[in-house]
Amino acid sequence: MEKERGALRITAIDANAARAGIDIGMALAEARALWPNLETEEAAPEADARFLKQASEICEMFTPLVALQGREGLLLDITGCVHLFGGESEILQRARRRMAAFGLSTGAAIASTPDAAWAFAHYRRNRVVARGEEETLARDLPITALDQNTETTMALSRAGLKTLGDLADRPSHLLAARFGEDLVATLGRILGREDIRITPLRPPPLLMAERHFPEPMTQMEHLLVVLGRLMGDLASRLEARGEGGRAFALTLFRADGAVRRIGIETASGTRDAASLVRLARLKMEALADPVDPGFGFDALRLMVLRSEPLHAAQVSLTEGATTADEARALADLLNGLVARFGRENVRRFVARDTHDPARAGGTMACLSASRVSTDSATEWPAPEAGQPPARPLTLFVNPQPIEVLAEVPDSPPLRFRWRRMLHEVTRAEGPERIAPEWWRDAAPAPATRDYYRIEDQAGHRFWIFREGLYEDRNTQPRWFLHGLFP
Amino acid sequence: MQAHPFPLRQGWSTPSGEAGEEPARTVPLPALSRAALHEFYAARVADAAALTGCALAVGHGLAQGRSCLWVRQEAFDWEAGQPHAPGLCEWGLDPARLLILRVKDVTAALQAGLEGARCAGLGAVFIELWGEAPAYDLTASRRLALAARASGVPLLLTRIAAKARPSAAETRWELRALPSRALAAQAPGLPAFELTLLRARNGREGQHDHLEWDRDVRQFLSRTATDTRPAEPALPSLPGAVVSVSFDRPRPPEPEPFARREAS
Repeated sequence: MEKERGALRITAIDANAARAGIDIGMALAEARALWPNLETEEAAPEADARFLKQASEICEMFTPLVALQGREGLLLDITGCVHLFGGESEILQRARRRMAAFGLSTGAAIASTPDAAWAFAHYRRNRVVARGEEETLARDLPITALDQNTETTMALSRAGLKTLGDLADRPSHLLAARFGEDLVATLGRILGREDIRITPLRPPPLLMAERHFPEPMTQMEHLLVVLGRLMGDLASRLEARGEGGRAFALTLFRADGAVRRIGIETASGTRDAASLVRLARLKMEALADPVDPGFGFDALRLMVLRSEPLHAAQVSLTEGATTADEARALADLLNGLVARFGRENVRRFVARDTHDPARAGGTMACLSASRVSTDSATEWPAPEAGQPPARPLTLFVNPQPIEVLAEVPDSPPLRFRWRRMLHEVTRAEGPERIAPEWWRDAAPAPATRDYYRIEDQAGHRFWIFREGLYEDRNTQPRWFLHGLFP
Repeated sequence: MQAHPFPLRQGWSTPSGEAGEEPARTVPLPALSRAALHEFYAARVADAAALTGCALAVGHGLAQGRSCLWVRQEAFDWEAGQPHAPGLCEWGLDPARLLILRVKDVTAALQAGLEGARCAGLGAVFIELWGEAPAYDLTASRRLALAARASGVPLLLTRIAAKARPSAAETRWELRALPSRALAAQAPGLPAFELTLLRARNGREGQHDHLEWDRDVRQFLSRTATDTRPAEPALPSLPGAVVSVSFDRPRPPEPEPFARREAS
């Protein structure tokens, strides 16, 4: 039940309630009158959505193109997948068995357009409608199969139009004028006159290979062997395209309905089965919650999500390599590190055209989808000859506040305390005034900073700054330590 | 495979241009071999940045222009800040040649280092460990040393807030930052360090040198010990192994008992 316009209404019922005459949309008080001992539960749309998402993942074993329909439906585009399961009625039965194991009672249908399948799944359950049959079969369907809003349905039934056949006989331009183009389009699709593509939950893969096992498989080693074969299949197709895969997704379908999806990314295009199996193994070992075979997996699918021409330029990291072998060794290393330690932890530096120290030294994940930074013409600034380093080797993400004990206006402190240690400043250079990049953020820009390079009596070198100016009488300048020099 | 990581310039020139006036000092440092594991210990926790800088500088000499893997324990980011690319440029390195791997614990760092040491395409592998790190034991270090020997990739392992322990490393150094020789108006000069050889397979233990890193020529310059205090009257230059002017610590460096026993 759910609160709607001030009254508690029924949103979902089970078979027993339906037999008792309770219907969806009925007020709770009315339902209680019909069945005093009615057990009710607060509606939980988020939980329903999660449940449906899980169901959609299970259905991905039949096709990668799965879409959600409304709050309670799944649409599967099985074009080209039928032969894997031995026919349309077999795939229908198998999907229904899977959903029953998941705890759902389903109505399902196969038709040549999504709307027709949707209508038949509701009103003529569990049948396979062959191409061309829609027109005749759909004529008997009630107009509620159009899935229009209540006003439209009411208006149609008041006009004496009870079935889709009645509607189909009317000139479509009249219907469109009265009820809108949408109704006519839906009618056309249910009758199989026009077709649309569904919008799947995940983007369709470039290439895909899968194996369904007659018996569930429990041994990880065997699965990896199968994975190698799948990659072998894909390799020949990638070769035909002159490409190598950059991103792969491995989907493991467990016999009890659990679905596990593992993403694998590589530094450069690959179609080598052995290296992919190695990466998959590394990735599975590194997973926080290991892949649990349970009662075994009954299907395995490998998809290529992204690819690139195989002879394209490699990431800049490999430029220094003298031979192709070394470049390949580096790419392999990178793939292995990413698989084991996570994509976000393997990083490289990116040159940015900025004077803000916090932004200038940025790093990015090595296997980033965007190649902008590698192509950009920004160069690292050359250091000035004959001078000691002007920028620190390491920089704190958050500048560390320091306690200044002896302050001199417009020069660095003589003494300061950082992390409970007292430092006597013996050498200093500065100030170097760095203004914030006010054009970047809408928020009030931080104060101008005066940076000093200083050295203490022990030979440690620091980069400190004063925030705020002495000329500005209102604010007390504050001192921070931003980086360390070697 | 023997390359000279410390290409010392004979004598040194002050940035202010008084070159050649000082007596030329040569401190021959042992050549670090490429296919081996070398350890660098920080004398004090505050030497973290100096340690990183020195290891990178030494590694730069060994890498011969190839890409390097830099495995850094996350603790470094909190304690000493994140690697800063403009700072690396100013240090004389090419940030584009560095691949950084951030790891949580010592075990992961060693795993990654091992993986890197097996990759012949790399110029050098840096591993930075924070704290005592019991996982870095004799077995782990031997594994790393063997991998380095097999692939020819030098492994430079830096340790901080840790006591030196027996390991399979070919050389072990202790590093401490020194006050630099001031430029005009008391500005900090070239970064200066004291590098002590704690342990080496080919002898020479206890040797210690005062060095300055000149990023323009990408070389360590030898510096007499007395240069730390330019204000004081110049003392006669003494061999580095004898004299100590770092005012907060008594020298002579003790030979490390474990190192010898373990040497095979």
